[in-house]
Amino acid sequence: MLRIDDLVVRYGAAVALDGVSLHLEAGEMVALVGPNGAGKSTLLNAVSGLVPPASGSVTCEGRIAQVPEGRQMFPDMTVEDNLVLGGWSVRNRDLGEVLDLLPDLVRLRKLKAGRLSGGQQQMVAIGRALMAKPDLLAIDELSLGLAPLVVAELAEHLRFLNSERGTAILLVEQEVSLAFELCPRTCVLEAGRVVAAGPSAELAESEAVRRAYFGDLGVSDELMAGFAGTEVHS
Amino acid sequence: MKDFLTYLVTGITLGASFALIGSGFVVVHRVTRIVNFAQGSFAIIATMLSASLLRGRLPHGLAEAAAVLVCGVVGAGVGWVALGRRGTHPLISLIVTLGLSILASAVIILLWGQDPVSPPGLHGHVTLLGVEVERQRLLVLVITLLAFAALALFFSRTYLGKALTASASNPYAARLVGIDVRRMGLLAFALAGILGGLAGVLVAPSNALSFSSDLALALSGFAAAVFGGLSSPGRTLVGGLLLGVAGQLTAGYLNGSYQTTVALLLMLLIMIARSRTFVAEEAK
Repeated sequence: MLRIDDLVVRYGAAVALDGVSLHLEAGEMVALVGPNGAGKSTLLNAVSGLVPPASGSVTCEGRIAQVPEGRQMFPDMTVEDNLVLGGWSVRNRDLGEVLDLLPDLVRLRKLKAGRLSGGQQQMVAIGRALMAKPDLLAIDELSLGLAPLVVAELAEHLRFLNSERGTAILLVEQEVSLAFELCPRTCVLEAGRVVAAGPSAELAESEAVRRAYFGDLGVSDELMAGFAGTEVHS
Repeated sequence: MKDFLTYLVTGITLGASFALIGSGFVVVHRVTRIVNFAQGSFAIIATMLSASLLRGRLPHGLAEAAAVLVCGVVGAGVGWVALGRRGTHPLISLIVTLGLSILASAVIILLWGQDPVSPPGLHGHVTLLGVEVERQRLLVLVITLLAFAALALFFSRTYLGKALTASASNPYAARLVGIDVRRMGLLAFALAGILGGLAGVLVAPSNALSFSSDLALALSGFAAAVFGGLSSPGRTLVGGLLLGVAGQLTAGYLNGSYQTTVALLLMLLIMIARSRTFVAEEAK
């Protein structure tokens, strides 16, 4: 449903993405991992249409909604208003479906979004994106700054969304263990290029990938051992 | 006591017009962070236009409404130039609006000449608190209150109003959910044009306006808007009324020529008093 072919994105003279290709099937969950500055967020913004490609193409059959890095609330507005505005592009003002999916939001709806905790804001950000009735949810840093328990709960919501609604998910994630656990397929970016891609379980096992691309993320052997229930061969 | 009440009542009605102009500043600044110094020009254009339309035998109400609507279009035009390309700094836009107000003065002189114009308004007086008030001045107050109520409802209750607020609150997130932030900016400018135009057609029957009145109007309106932190229509209304009353009391008990000085002094005091709040808001 999403085809990214030979995508090049430049910021002035700097090349942020250098010939990236990635295909997503309908209902698929794919993680994008890689070190800081690898171009993960740029790729997501290009998919969302916020950044124009210098060359190459991004085509998507269906609607895309983004859960941006840092949650990006409308802080002085209520949760309800934040959600309602999420449906702006499709003129969807009916909160019912989103509140069914994320029932925690019901008791928060009258509160100002700026006053919520990080986890609650992330929930609002996901709800706001869902208001656009997306076929593909592009999530930038689900876990950033959140407690593990909160992240686990959010991940559960995403799994449910994917299995029940068939919403495809493209997840940019620094927390590699979360990315591997949640998404069956992973794409590794470095310096604007795809350096490895494939089933998350295989990538988690791959010593080369681990050394080359996750070593600098400070991922310990114990953590790696937890990925997809596989052992790390040292 | 009677004098005091007279100054109070006329001050309130005059202050209402400051508040209307001020609300134009607030609407534009809220959405775009631009201080629109062409705000006073909208009032003058509406005055001149309504006078011409009334001379052309267009009935009252219709002539004023048409003039106000034209100002809405002019406002959008000012916004189109001032917003410029994406990423234009609000300070650059401010200078652009200053330039446009000078251009507007030139166009007004070209089309309508330099003489002050005072189109006919409501005739007669009513007695309020034992004070005789021109019905036209009372109309200014009533319409201002209605306009502010409508503005508050628009921003808090309508989908479009919320999108405008969202564009101001977090432009990046607004773009993300598909709101065209630039179009919202244009809409804010159009609204400001309507509010400015409304102030013009309401004030001019009592106080003749000429091409050069825009600065005084903009200054008083800006002072009211500063009272509202350039973001709150409600506080702008209060600021406008306070300013109007202070001005009238000054003119009555001291000297009419001190009115602008008092307005500027008040604005200065408010800015000093509120500077901490401004810094806090900037930091957010």
